[in-house]
Amino acid sequence: MTTRKRRAEPPGAAEPSSDDEQLALHVPEPAARPGEAHDFSELHIAAAGTMARPAVDTPESALRDYPYGLIRVLDDAGKAVGQWDPGLDPDTLRRGLRSMALTRAFDDRMLNAQRQGKTSFYIKCTGEEAVAVAQAMALDPADMLFPSYRQQGLLIARDWPIVDMMCQIFSNPADRMKGRQLPVLYSAKQANFFSLSGNLGTQFPQAVGWAMASAIKHDTRIAASWIGEGTTAEADFHYAMTFAAVYRAPVLLNVVNNQWAISSFQGIAGGERATFAQRALGYGMPGLRVDGNDFLAVYAATQWAAERARTNHGPTLIELFTYRAAAHSTSDDPAAYRPKDEAANWPLGDPIARLKQHLIAIDAWSEEQHAALAAEVEREVRAALKEAEAIGVLGGAKPHLHTMFEDVFKELPVHLQQQLDQVQSELKGDGN
Amino acid sequence: MPAMNMIQAINSALDVMLARDENVVTFGEDVGYFGGVFRATAGLQKKYGKSRVFDTPIAEGGIIGAAIGMAVYGLRPVAEIQFADYIYPAFDQLVSEAARLRYRSGGEYGAPLVVRTPCGGGIFGGQTHSQSPEGIFTHVCGLKTVMPSNPYDAKGLLIAAIEDDDPVIFFEPKRIYNGPFDGHHDRPLVPWSKHPASEVPADYYRIDLGKASIVRKGAAVTVIAYGTMVHVCLAAAEESGIDAEVIDLRSLLPIDVEAIATSVKKTGRCVIVHEATRTGGYGAELSALVQEHCFWNLEAPIERVTGWDTPYPHALEWEYFPGPARVIRALKAVTET
Repeated sequence: MTTRKRRAEPPGAAEPSSDDEQLALHVPEPAARPGEAHDFSELHIAAAGTMARPAVDTPESALRDYPYGLIRVLDDAGKAVGQWDPGLDPDTLRRGLRSMALTRAFDDRMLNAQRQGKTSFYIKCTGEEAVAVAQAMALDPADMLFPSYRQQGLLIARDWPIVDMMCQIFSNPADRMKGRQLPVLYSAKQANFFSLSGNLGTQFPQAVGWAMASAIKHDTRIAASWIGEGTTAEADFHYAMTFAAVYRAPVLLNVVNNQWAISSFQGIAGGERATFAQRALGYGMPGLRVDGNDFLAVYAATQWAAERARTNHGPTLIELFTYRAAAHSTSDDPAAYRPKDEAANWPLGDPIARLKQHLIAIDAWSEEQHAALAAEVEREVRAALKEAEAIGVLGGAKPHLHTMFEDVFKELPVHLQQQLDQVQSELKGDGN
Repeated sequence: MPAMNMIQAINSALDVMLARDENVVTFGEDVGYFGGVFRATAGLQKKYGKSRVFDTPIAEGGIIGAAIGMAVYGLRPVAEIQFADYIYPAFDQLVSEAARLRYRSGGEYGAPLVVRTPCGGGIFGGQTHSQSPEGIFTHVCGLKTVMPSNPYDAKGLLIAAIEDDDPVIFFEPKRIYNGPFDGHHDRPLVPWSKHPASEVPADYYRIDLGKASIVRKGAAVTVIAYGTMVHVCLAAAEESGIDAEVIDLRSLLPIDVEAIATSVKKTGRCVIVHEATRTGGYGAELSALVQEHCFWNLEAPIERVTGWDTPYPHALEWEYFPGPARVIRALKAVTET
């Protein structure tokens, strides 16, 4: 081992005397790149059922092992094991399976629609369906959701009409966002689902503010928000964590660690030396790390944090450990930066396959029923698509020109009325 | 009617609104127990409780992010950013979020919040306690931008801002918190109590956003100003003997174009004055508006008197500050053409 010498000279003043005195920048690299075999040897995954489920009012000081562990319920045989088993009845489990299957069928169909030129852009959540679906089911329907762009399962689990989502994706005349937003940046106030920004992480402190308001008004509703692991590097993450901790806000702050932020692996976001759940420790907040592909574990952890928040015990940071099986978006090709077979070999498997396996293991499901479910959700998606396409796809019937000027302010101000008049008369003059 | 300075008038507006509307909350750095570094929220926590008037971490982005969430819930948050110079960490939350939430959600959600923030120099604040960034915010569609010049307007405009369903950036020129400073830094400050605009009703009243005020009638030249510069321009008019009409915009967006156009069509001459830097400043927008509406009435080129295009200096503060002498020079230039 070499002792590092302190130089008296200003930088660049002297040549280093030997190589081992030169500084070297560490730039994290994933275990494997395209052309190499997938490599999960650094991933140490504990067996299911090994972590204890603490009482929801346990002080944070007694919860400091959780950011280092991984809450898992479903074992390799599909059995629910350990204290975190939420003990859900088969109907609830089948409802969860159906919402996840519908989410996947919806994604597949909308990807095709994008490839066919019916819209400009799409984002799938393949492999991450359990995150949104189980969390939506574990929360109360009145709880307020501040999602990121890969939680379409929240809307589907809240039984939001998928035709409405498709109309948004097509920016057609039935799009409630009036064709203003990039596809998938939904807003659904009636489902207590916040408007998606597109700027990453901004919703995190907003969710905390909403939760603070709920506490100020002695309400019973809580808030939940989602960001990806990459976004934890944004200042908004720190703002949200600080405010949530300081005011003990009734909020669930979820970090979906799907390993990849477009082409950057989670090490670039700071996940190489510490888990994302560990971020909670510095704020004195419980941090749970959960197998994000395990429907039961996600449900149980969410239920625990929700009950904790609802009983004035404050916020919880939840790291949902999963894998982004699809491309970041339709504008991305992961073959350029990660091994082709990485997704298929993800050690925590696929959330739909695992819940299906569990339902079959408890004699509440069969291969035949599963095939029938797949066909049923496919029919549902096709029917909705037909309906949405009949209203219009991108580039078809456009929203009225005046909608461009509406909603900038609640009332149309004089200067915007003048600009509307101007564009209308200019377009008339051009013969349009 | 009590005589109030700007701080007392702002405090009174918050007091009135906290009492009238239980959804009004106010918070910021040092705002709660202490009552704000400029004392604008003094006594309010004691009166309305810690959950409606409270201190925040030093995190402007968090303050505005949380305010947006509260507004979405249904509250009427009034967030204080301690100095306008500190507002930049919250820029994304203001520009990408508060300003565009109604639009992007197709009208489903809105962010009815107010950001109160002291601005302007003349207090030996150096480059981080003296800025006037109003032009950055008037450029953002979806935000309203207000800057009062006296206690009476400050209270009425702040109440209107809190009642507004859209986000409002409310700039408070800190140099005139205690008196109508006219730019003569070498003379003793006259307190607000000697000024008619310190007559502030204790109760509720509002001044609608978007209505300018003619603070001095005149026929020779129209002077457009807001904030501290209103008093500088009044002094310049008196000292020069030039029959200037001085317009106090009060609200920059929405803006009272009619008041400007009516005046300039009458006088045929126009001087635009602001403390903020010149290039790309709000004065450029005003100049463009004047020529769009009054080109054929103009007898002379429009003059701008502004802060120089440099950071606000400490030692050379009064060389930077656009005082009465500079305004008089511009008044002469346009009236002698």
